[in-house]
Order: sequence, then structure tokens, then C-alpha cells
Amino acid sequence: MVNIGLNLFKHELTPAEVVKKSREDRFLAREIIDGIFTDFVELHGDRLSGDDMSVIGGIAALNGTPVTVIAIDKGIDIHDKLSKRNGSPEPWGYRKAQRLMKQANKFHRPIITFINTPGAFPGKTAEAQGQGEAIATSILESMKLTVPMIAIIYGEGGSGGALALATSDQVWMFQNATYSILSPEGFASILWKDSKRADEAAAVMGLTPKDLLAKKVIEYVIPESRSHTRVFNLMRKRLDDEFKQLNALSPQDLVKQRRARFRAF
Amino acid sequence: MDLYNNQKSTSKIKRDASVNDRIPDGLFLACPYCGVQMYNKQLGAFRVCDHCGYGFRLQARERVELLTDSFEEMDSEIEMMNPDFPGYADKLARAKSQTELGESVLTGVAKIEGEKVALGIMDSYFMMGSLGSMTGEKITRLFEYATENFLPVVLFTASGGARMQEGINSLMQMAKVSAVVAAHQEAGLLYLVVLTDPTTGGVTASFAMQGDITLAEPHALIGFAGARVIESTIHEKLPKDFQRAETLMTNGFVDQIVPRSELNQVIAKIVKLHHVTEV
Repeated sequence: MVNIGLNLFKHELTPAEVVKKSREDRFLAREIIDGIFTDFVELHGDRLSGDDMSVIGGIAALNGTPVTVIAIDKGIDIHDKLSKRNGSPEPWGYRKAQRLMKQANKFHRPIITFINTPGAFPGKTAEAQGQGEAIATSILESMKLTVPMIAIIYGEGGSGGALALATSDQVWMFQNATYSILSPEGFASILWKDSKRADEAAAVMGLTPKDLLAKKVIEYVIPESRSHTRVFNLMRKRLDDEFKQLNALSPQDLVKQRRARFRAF
Repeated sequence: MDLYNNQKSTSKIKRDASVNDRIPDGLFLACPYCGVQMYNKQLGAFRVCDHCGYGFRLQARERVELLTDSFEEMDSEIEMMNPDFPGYADKLARAKSQTELGESVLTGVAKIEGEKVALGIMDSYFMMGSLGSMTGEKITRLFEYATENFLPVVLFTASGGARMQEGINSLMQMAKVSAVVAAHQEAGLLYLVVLTDPTTGGVTASFAMQGDITLAEPHALIGFAGARVIESTIHEKLPKDFQRAETLMTNGFVDQIVPRSELNQVIAKIVKLHHVTEV
């Protein structure tokens, strides 16, 4: 009887349940940043056309070592969510990220990105300002960075809009996060002309951390806990360990290894 | 009131109801861009609307004929070996027989007006030119070959975006190709993109927008998000030329719009200007 009880509460979530959970506002970007790093200094703007609120960037210290942090944030209240388009960056958000990546490269700072986005914003201005080019350049520039980069998907990892910040040496995911080519709704509507079959789509898309770990799309699944501090402490420790290893590589080897990581697909 | 009801004035010529059945299909076409009706043969060898200059979508092999002096295909044997998504195998088989291609891109070494280039041509007739893992593999190998052999890459893009049936693997192709674009770039070699109708989604958000020089065909549809998705997001009707080559050029994302009949000369000219001068 005891066993049945335990299984009832500990059952593994179905992909559709993970999708639902990944969209809940469980973690805020600022909370994660402040939880893992110290001395965070936020830096604004892409120096070209504006400052995208949905992309939070800056410098901070990880156990005393300077790092560059870039995070996509969905916002918490309605006002915040509207200004951040629920975590859908505009082209100038990606260009802000590119600026900070280049800066990190100059000062030999490791880069950590935190991703929670349904996708890049599909808007009129976004297209006019080159949403495609902004993502394409983010990916291309990430391939050239000579500093280590780790991407962490903490909610939704929506398509190219997520990949723009996840062309990294390692990709990690929170236990209840997703990473996919498209939302299950979009997937169902394209393939089956019926967006209501989203749950079914979620099941076949292989978007859960477990599926992606098996496919080697990601390296590590971060176990979630009701105590956020516990999650942050774990991440700080692991980031520190991984960066120590990545820093041991020569810049050439690091770039080579990052490119080989994606060449395998 | 009989004046207005004159039965005699009705036409004595009987309309032949079967006339439409006797006209062969595809004899007349409407231009997808300007809507003008025209006789199929009016399009000429380049298949261009003589009213607005829009280039009708071509198959990759047709383009090779129009563009190159010689073409040697590479990696023709590469195709998807285990299409496990329901219905995917059938779709692939249909696309293969329609296009005589193993995947949505044709790659090889070509001579264009005497200039040797590594040439890739995506085919929108192959599953809408979608970016499958083998599409990515062929383009990746093209770049690797070009880097090893010091060749410029000329890539004609045509794609509806990611290949849904392959899920996350399709997304990873964007990064995979970008990695070899970076290596080719670091070798100081030219990457020339020709954006053709339609270039959208994941292809736009990766290698289509990573060229040193970017050309486009007149009125080609080029964009990231689909027009319907944008309209339903911002609740606004989009203008007719939204996401067309001309708009992209105005916005600074295209170097030149080149009519199909002049593409080979323009490409050859650009390639020639990138010859490494012997010191």
C-alpha cells in the first residue's frame, strides 16, 4: 500500500504535463541571477536600435570569478509581461546579447545564458529589423567565441529564438523545461491542421529533458526542488566545476569542440 | 415594357460548356505575385513573369541547367535512412520521385561563366525545401569541401523552414551549418547567398542570413515568421510587399535584387572580384 501511495505522488510527468509546467512562472530570470551570482551589474541596449526588456544582460561574479550573464525573461505581472512580450525577444534583444557575448570574449569571461521563451517575437517591426538575421548572427558569432559558454533552459526553449542563445559548449535544462522546434500547438496545426491535438503532439515531439538528454541535445538535467536556494546552490557548484574544465582547454580546442558538438547532428 | 424584354436580342451563340475540359492543364498560369494571367510559354526558359518580373519557383535541376556551364553533383547518395515519424517515409518518397533528388538540396561543384564554385541549390518542390538533418548534412559537407579546396560557396536558398517530422534534429541543423560557415569564413573565403522564393523560418534564421554578399530574386518572399502568425499576433493586416525582396533591400538586408536571366553574370563577376591575388 505504501508503495502505491508513493508512486501516486512521484509519477513521472507526461510530456503534455511538462509542457504545461514549463510555461508556469516558476522562476524569474532575476531571481536565478541573484540566486547564483553576486555583484550583478545590469547592462542595457544593443548600441544600434534600442533596449529589449525581455533580454536581461550584464556582468556578475560566480564564486568570485567574473562572468557574463544573458537571460530571457517572461516577466511576472501583466505590465511586465506585455513589455517583454511574454519572453519573446525582438531583434535588438538578440543584438544586445551579441554585444555582451563579444564583450565577454574580449575580457575572457565565461558566458551563461538562461532561456525561457516561446520563440522570437513574430511582429511587423521584428521582421523589418531582421529577426532572421539577428538570430542567424547570434548563432554564427557564438560559434566563434573563444570563451566557454553554458546555456540553461529554465522554462520554454522555443525554436530558433532559444537556439540563438544556446549555441554553446553545453546545454542544460531544468527538470520541467522543454526545448523544441515549435510549440506543440504549432506543430499540431502544421502537421495535422488541428492545434487542439497539442497534447498528442507533445508526446511525439521528444521535447522533454529526458528525451533530449538521450539524443545528446543537452548534457545535464537540473533537478528542481521547492527550495529554490537548493537549486541555485547546486547550479553554482556545477557551473563552477564545468567552467574549470572548459577553461583548461585552449581557445582553439574549445571552439573546435563546440563546433564538433553540433556537427554530430 | 417589352422594349426592355426583347427576347430576340439574346445571343444565338451557344456557350460550349466543355471548352474548359479541352484546354490542357497548365497552359495558362496566373503569376503568384501580380496575378496577371499568361500563356505558359510566355514565361520563357527562365520562367519569369513578363509583367512583374517574378521568377516562378524552379526545381534545383532546372536551375543548374540555367545557371551553370558544368556541374558535378556531390553526396547524391545522402538521404534520410530512418524516417520514423508517422507518414514521413511516404512524403519523402513522393518528394524524391518528383524532384529526382535525395534531399531538399542539390550540391556540387559548378562552373558559372567559367568561375569554379561550390554550389548548393535548395528545392522548394522537395517537402517545401524544409531543413531536414540530411539537408543540413549536404550543405555542411559542401562547406567543408569548399574550405578544404579554397572555393567560394554559392547557395540558393528556398525553404519553408524547419522539417517538423524531424523535430529537434532539424533545429540543430541551423547550428551545424553555422559551424561550417564560421570555418569557411575564417579561411577568408567568399560565401554568396541567393535568396529565392520562398526563404523563411529556420533557414532565414541561420545560413540564409550569414552570407558575405546576399542577392535576391525579384519579389521573392523572405522572412522569419509566417505572415499569418504575425497577423494573428499583432492583430493587424500586413501590407502586400511585407517580406518581399524589395522590402528587405529597403531595410538593408539584401545587397542586390538580380533578375534570373542576369544571375550567372552577376555571380561570376562577384566571384572574380574575390580571386586571391598571388603575391
